Amino acid sequence: MTRVVVVGAGPAGLAAAAHAVRAGADVTLLDQSAAPGGQFHRLPPGAPHGFEAILSRCSWWPESTVWAVAGKRLHVLRGPADGAGRERHVLEPDALVLATGAHDRTLPFPGWQLPGVYTAGAAQALAKGERVAVGRRVVVAGAGPFLLPVAESLLAVGARVLAVLEANPASTVRKGWSWRDARKAGELARYAAALARHRVPYHLGRAVVEARGDDRVRAVVTARLRADWSVVPGTERTYEADAVCVGHGFAPRPELAVAAGCALDGGFVRVGDDQRTSVPGVFAAGELTGIGGAVAAAAEGAVAGCAAAGGVPGRALLRERDRLRGFAARLAAAHPVGAAWPGWLREDTIVCRCEETTAGELTRAARDPAAPGPHALKLGTRAGLGPCQGRLCGAAVSALCGTAERHHRPIAQPIRLGELAEVKENDA
Amino acid sequence: MTVEITVDGEPVAGTDGQTVAAVLLASGRLSWRTTRSGAPRGVFCGIGACFDCLLTVNGVPDVRACLRRAADGDEIRTQSRADA
Ligand SMILES: Cc1cc2nc3c(=O)[nH]c(=O)nc-3n(C[C@H](O)[C@H](O)[C@H](O)COP(=O)(O)OP(=O)(O)OC[C@H]3O[C@@H](n4cnc5c(N)ncnc54)[C@H](O)[C@@H]3O)c2cc1C
Ligand code: FES
Repeated sequence: MTRVVVVGAGPAGLAAAAHAVRAGADVTLLDQSAAPGGQFHRLPPGAPHGFEAILSRCSWWPESTVWAVAGKRLHVLRGPADGAGRERHVLEPDALVLATGAHDRTLPFPGWQLPGVYTAGAAQALAKGERVAVGRRVVVAGAGPFLLPVAESLLAVGARVLAVLEANPASTVRKGWSWRDARKAGELARYAAALARHRVPYHLGRAVVEARGDDRVRAVVTARLRADWSVVPGTERTYEADAVCVGHGFAPRPELAVAAGCALDGGFVRVGDDQRTSVPGVFAAGELTGIGGAVAAAAEGAVAGCAAAGGVPGRALLRERDRLRGFAARLAAAHPVGAAWPGWLREDTIVCRCEETTAGELTRAARDPAAPGPHALKLGTRAGLGPCQGRLCGAAVSALCGTAERHHRPIAQPIRLGELAEVKENDA
Repeated sequence: MTVEITVDGEPVAGTDGQTVAAVLLASGRLSWRTTRSGAPRGVFCGIGACFDCLLTVNGVPDVRACLRRAADGDEIRTQSRADA
C-alpha cells in the first residue's frame, strides 16, 4: 500500500488526506495545531469540528511539528508548541503532500511594531477561535476581500470597527471581479450588508499610513492613495483607536518545500497539472502554491491527495480546480500591492521587526557601493536574521533594496538544543 | 471550564483550550516581551510566523504564546531579548 504523509490539516491537507485514503493509500496527516482545520476552520475550544470521519480513516497526528525535511524524510516533534522534551519521530513515506498554507503579508508603516497592531489574520484567528476582540475601537485596512470577514468577526466579538479601508481604488478592484464570480460576489454582498448594519464605513483608495502611540497604539492615521499607492498629500485623517488590523494579502510558508528541494516561482511552490512539485514523490497544495482561498485550496488538495496515492485525478476534479485557480488569479489582479508603498516609510521606520532594522539603514546599505549583494546587506543591517528569519520582512527588504527574496531557512521550525541532542528518534 | 495560570506571579483565569496569547489578551495584557531596544511586543501574526509573542512557560523560554495552549497551573513569565 502506498504510504502518504500529508503535512498541514487546513482545507488543502484535509482534502488531500481524504482523497489519498479514497485512492487506497495508508495516510498519516499531521499538523502543528491541536485541532484540524488550518487557518480557515476555526471553532471555539472544544466544539466538534466535523472532520471526525476523515481523521478516523487515517493516522491523525495533532501537535506535531515538522522541523526538517530531507528528500521525503520528515523530522517531526510531537508535543505542546515550543515545549521542551517533545518526542522526536522520523517518517519516510512513499509520497509526501505539503499543505503548509500561508501567513498574512503586511507592509511596514511607521508604528507597525507597536502593541495593538495586528495582522488581519491574527484578529480573525483570535475572534473566531478564541472569542477575543483585539480592541474596542478598531481600524481594519489593507488589500483584498479578506478584510470584510475580519471586520465581521470583530463585530461579532463586540469590537467597534471604525472603518474598513481597501488600498486599491474602485477602478482597480472592478477590473478583477466579473459576472463569473457571482457566487463569491454574493458572499461579499453579505459581508457588506453586515458592515452597513453596524454603520461601518468601507472606503476604497485609502490606507493606514501610520500608527501612533508610545507604548501601544492610541491613534491611527489614514490617507487617500493613488492607484500606485502613493499618498495624496493633505488627505490624512486620524482616528482615535486602540487596535489596527492590517493585511496586504498572504505570503506562502514554503520552508518545508524549499528544504525538500522543490522549485519555486515567485515564492510559491511550482506544481504540475496534478500538483506534483519538481521533486519526485513530493506534492504541494493550497496557499503554498498560490493564494486562492479555502475552496481553491481544498480543490488542489483533492488533486494532490489522489495523485500522491498513485491515482489519476478525475477530469471533473481538475476542471473544478482550474476554475477556482482562475478566480484566484482575477482576485489577485483586483487587489494588487501598489509599487509606491515605500513612500509611507520614514528614515526611522522599522522594517525588520525582529532586529529593528530601519528603512534608512536598509536604503543606505543598498546604496553603498562597497557592500552590494543580499548576503552582505543582511549581515550589515541584520535584516532578516532575527527569530522569524525574514518571514515577515523578506519581501519588503527586497523591494527596498532591489534584491531578490531568499526563502532558504535551514530549520523550518525551531527545535531546542536539548531536543536535538536527544539521540532517540522513533520510526513510525 | 476555566484554566488558571500565573503571569509573573499574578493569577489569571482563561477558558479551557485558549492559547496563552488569548488568555493574556483577554486579561487586558497587550505586550509581554521587550526587544533589544526595550520596545514592548505582544501578538502580531497570531499563527507562529513572526515570533513577536515569545514568553517563558514553566521555565522554558521562547515559547510562542499564540501557538501554545494554556494548561492549568502554567507559570508564565514575560521576557526580554536579553533572557533569550
Ligand atoms: C491567520 C489567518 C487567518 C485566516 N482566516 C481566514 C478566514 O477566517 N476565512 C477565510 O476565508 N480565509 C482565512 N485565511 C486564509 C486561509 O489561509 C486560506 O483561505 C485557507 O485556510 C488555506 O488553506 P491551506 O490548507 O492552504 O492552508 P492553512 O489553512 O493555512 O493550513 C496549513 C496548516 O499547516 C500547518 N503547518 C504549517 N507548517 C507546519 C509544519 N512545519 N509542521 C506541521 N504543521 C504545519 C498549520 O498549522 C496549518 O494548520 C486566513 C489566513 C491566515 C494566515
Ligand atoms: S504572534 Fe506571531 S508568532 Fe505568535
